[in-house]
Parts: sequence; C-alpha cells; structure tokens
Amino acid sequence: MTQLLTTVFSLAFVAQVLRIAVPYALAAMGGAVTERSGVIDLALEAKLLFGAFAAAAVGHVTDSALLGLAGGIAAGVAVAAIQAGCALVLYADQVIIGIALNVIATAGTRFLLQILFHEGANSPPCPAYGDAVLTNPIVWLAVIATAVLPFALRRTRWGLRLRAAGDRPDALIAVGASPRRARFAAALVGGALAGAGGAQLSLAVGGFTADMSSSRGYIALVMVILAGWRPARAVLACLGVAAAEALSIAFQITDIAVPSELVGLLPYVTTLVVLMIVVARRPPASLGRV
Amino acid sequence: MQGFRLLSPAVTARRLIGILLAINALLLGVGAVIVPSSAREQGKGVHVGLVFDIGGKNDKSFNEAAWRGLMRAQAELGVETRFIEPTEGSDRESALRTLATKKFDLIIGVGFIFGPDLERLARQFPDVKFAGIDYSPSEGVGTLPNLAGLRFREHEGSFLVGAIAGLVTRTKVVGFVGGMKIPLIHKFEVGYAAGVHRVCPACRVVAAYAGTEPKAFADPSLGQELAAAQYGQGADIIFHASGKTGDGVFAAARQRGARAIGVDSDQFDAAPCCVVTSMVKRVDVAVVDIVKDVIAGKFRGGIHELGLAEHGVGFVADERNRSMLPIDVVEKVNALAEQIIAGKIRVPSE
Repeated sequence: MTQLLTTVFSLAFVAQVLRIAVPYALAAMGGAVTERSGVIDLALEAKLLFGAFAAAAVGHVTDSALLGLAGGIAAGVAVAAIQAGCALVLYADQVIIGIALNVIATAGTRFLLQILFHEGANSPPCPAYGDAVLTNPIVWLAVIATAVLPFALRRTRWGLRLRAAGDRPDALIAVGASPRRARFAAALVGGALAGAGGAQLSLAVGGFTADMSSSRGYIALVMVILAGWRPARAVLACLGVAAAEALSIAFQITDIAVPSELVGLLPYVTTLVVLMIVVARRPPASLGRV
Repeated sequence: MQGFRLLSPAVTARRLIGILLAINALLLGVGAVIVPSSAREQGKGVHVGLVFDIGGKNDKSFNEAAWRGLMRAQAELGVETRFIEPTEGSDRESALRTLATKKFDLIIGVGFIFGPDLERLARQFPDVKFAGIDYSPSEGVGTLPNLAGLRFREHEGSFLVGAIAGLVTRTKVVGFVGGMKIPLIHKFEVGYAAGVHRVCPACRVVAAYAGTEPKAFADPSLGQELAAAQYGQGADIIFHASGKTGDGVFAAARQRGARAIGVDSDQFDAAPCCVVTSMVKRVDVAVVDIVKDVIAGKFRGGIHELGLAEHGVGFVADERNRSMLPIDVVEKVNALAEQIIAGKIRVPSE
C-alpha cells in the first residue's frame, strides 16, 4: 500500500497522467468546439488516426518531430474539411458522415501504409518526443488551448458567432452573418486540435501503428457530452480518465490485491455516475441540424 | 434557412452515403490482397492458403513468422500458396471461406482469434484440412479430424529469457508487459517469472497487461506508459508479449537506454540499443511441418504442441546481440534448456 501511495504521489505519476491525457484532451476540445457550432463530431477517432499517421509519415520523411506535428494538424484539418463539406454543403446525415470517416480511417491508414511504405501495420520510425513532458510542444499546445479556448468562445467575435451558429443560427442570419461559415471555421479549428492529439499518439512512441487511436476519439466525445460541451471541463474530465488509466497501471505493478480489470473499469463507471449526478446540460440547440 | 439546396437533402445524403460506401469497399478490397505464386517438386499440386491476423504479414512478429514458413514451404516443397490479409476482424471468416470454396488442401489461420471461425468452417468443409496457430478448442468442441491446432509451449521459451533477465539485471527488478489478459499470454508471464526466480530467487518481477480486449495488442502509447511505470519502479529489463503494444515498450527502452526483450520473432531491429534477446516462437517451423504432413498424407486433427524439444520456441543469441548477452549467460541458459528438454525442470504454465 505504501508503495502504491509513493507511486501515486510522485512527479512521474503526474507526468504520466498528463501524457495519457493529452490525446484525449485535444480531441475533446476539438469535439467541443465543433459541436458547439452545431456540427455533430463523431469523426474524432478518424482525426486522431489520420493525425497520428500523417505525423509519423511527415516526421519520418523530414526527420523532424515538429514538422510531423504540423502534418498531424494538417491531416486533422483535412478530415474536418471533408466532414464539414459533407455536412454543410452536401447536407448528408452527420452521424453517418462521422461513422463513415472512422471506418475509412481504419482502412485508409492501412492502405496508405501499404502504398507509401509497403508495410502492413507499422510506419517506419520517426523522431520521438518520448515520455518527456516539459519539452513536448504538443503538451504545451494542449495547455494553451485549455486556457485560451473558454475565453475565445466567450469573448471573441469568432466564439460568439460559433456559439450562435450552434444555438440560434436564425439570429446569426438576422445580423447578416453566415452560420455555415462559422461552422466551417469551428470544424477546421476542431480538426486541428484533434489532429494534434493524434500526432501525440505517434510522436510519443516514434512511429505509427495501425489502429493506434484505440477508441480514444469515442471516449473523448463522451467526455465532451459529460462536460456539457464546455472545453475546459472536458479537459478536466479527460484528466480524470487519464488518472484512472495511470492508477490502473500503478495498481498492476505494485501488486495490490485488487484486480486491475476493476481499476480499468474506473473511468467508465465514474463517467456514468457523474452523468447521473450532474444535471444534464442540453446540447447546442441546433446540433446536427443544417 | 440558409444557403440554397441543389437537391433535396435526403437524396443528396443517400448519394453521399453511396459514395462513401463505395470508397470504403474499395479500400477494404485493396487491403485484402490475394497474391498468387508458382510451384515445384513433391508438393506440386498441393494448395496451401493462409489468412493473417490483424497485424498483417509485415508485423515484424508473429504473422511475419507464419509468412516466412509459407514462403519456405513454397520454395522447398513446391506447394502452391496464397495468402489473404484481412483489414477488419469481420473479414476473417469470409477470407477462410473464400479459400475453402476454392478447394484448397490446407488452410491456415494465424492467431487464436480464428478459433470459432475455423471450427465452423471445418465442420462445413469436411474435405478441406484446416490448421490454426495458437488454436484452442472452444467450450464443448472436441477434436475435429480436419482441424489441427498448432500450439507452442511459450512458457518454456519465456522461462529461458526470464533466466537471461534474472542473470543480467543489476537492480534485481525485472518487468513483464503483456497484451490482452488471456491464458495464452499469462503462460508467457508465468514461464518468465519461473525463469527469473530459478537463477535469481531474490529478484522481483513486476507485471502489467494492456487490457482485456484484442486492441490491447495494438496500443503502443499504452505500452510506453506501462514500460515507463515499470522502469520507474526500478526494473532494468522488460520482456513484452504484447504484439504492437510492445513498440511502446521499445520506445521507452530507447529513450532511457534501458533493456528490453522481444517476442515471437527476432525484434533486435526495433531497438538495436536495447533488445538483449527475443523469445522466438517458430511459427515458421510449425507451418512448414504441417504442410509436410499434408503432402505425406500424415495430417491429423487435434492439438500439436511445439516446445523446446521440437525447436518450436527458443531465444536469440547471435553476433548482433553478443555485446548485450555475454557468452557465459548464454551457456548457463542453454544448460537450463537441456534440463527442460530432458524433463529435469518442469516449467509451470499457469
């Protein structure tokens, strides 16, 4: 028990929680921004996976982790552009778009691995940030986004229009602004954030592995809903998930007589309980409606 | 409300879904490449099909070993070979079925996950012979005459790399990272721990698993965190049996210059700084042997087990890892291997 406590109250544990939280948090912030503008964002998984792939591919070719990160962000933006285009220009069902993109991401990244690198499941190695926290720009990006996003949503014209597009698009039209434009802007920013989250997955390890997003995008979306579509709270929820994951690791390696599967369930049980206790906040009024 | 619409939303949505489905089908189709090849010698006319697990043929591990076996069977025995790499789990059965309806003589599924599919197809196609790597019968399913389970005594190989870990550790703490928490992977841990304690009774083994679903074999980020936590606990060498999750273990090792032990194939290339040895599972040997059985008409259903005695498992000691693996350690471990083969050491598996 003391061993567990010394593990949990150590700097290494805090760093581990931060590292695990970063992909979740960036995806969740991306999802919150997109959904607040009124676009359903089921495609977070696709943005993570394509982001991870592009980061590893660009990182490998340029031998630069920073350019890899740029590639990951670009891939997230590209997926978001397709998503927003289908939703806002072609008026396709937004849930279906999300699911389709996620399926395409699984098969598409494998396809690209095969085409570009003639590999079935792995990219060639790329520069890695490893498990350093303070020298990892993606961690800083997440911290800055957490601080800036709530302010930007509340105080800037961009944020105001974005929220209006999600809640009262008619009001936006009345002042002569285009909800579609506000939604596009939101989706692209959201895609950039989720793409950066994907980049953390591959750049931490130093390579892409097929399916490495491992459902993190779906969990991030649940955290967005749990947090009532507020980005800072969504980040908090993601830190909770990450802490539970890190705790499950700590339990396993310190041989406490609690089945690790039980601890592994912790984030999901916590989510359910919190969802039941917290007064459910309603989604943006015109979420999914164009 | 805003913007103008060229078509009614429903029509456009349907068309879009159609397009997306078409793209998806195309990608899946390209993913499952079927590659034919030519023949020679005594295996002429014998058709062997092989379906890979999720990792695909270039996974530098388990599937790749199976592929090497298939290529050897083709080169040495002259059998006709075909392989399929399913992209999605749900494609596994249809891949097997495709080969079965084409009247292949032997169809091999690579991975425990093929179990139920193989059982169903073996019943449906009694004239076709099936083999499953790591196959274990499902509840209530007995021995099928046309289904062979090719299994390995991984605990024996794990025992040997455990002994290596116990001999080379300086901190007296050694780590184990498992993929999915199932009996098959638990065997690795138990054998490893037994090997460690055989040569170093005072050593502590810290073990952790990535999860309870198949995705636990494909989560390198989590593998990196598991390894970071174990190195943080003082472990100075970690053995992984976690598929692609192990890439994260190697990443953590590279970063620290710490040591790791690979699994299934020789994984030295994954981290030349750090991979002391690998516990190799000779899936290639198993594949070639079962093909030979089919050619000779000696194929029999049921479980075939390969251990140290059958050269089914072992560890890597060559020029590349010599600097990390001293010759006296190799000699001690080889002596243990002989004792296991002679039955003087019984390696636990659960």
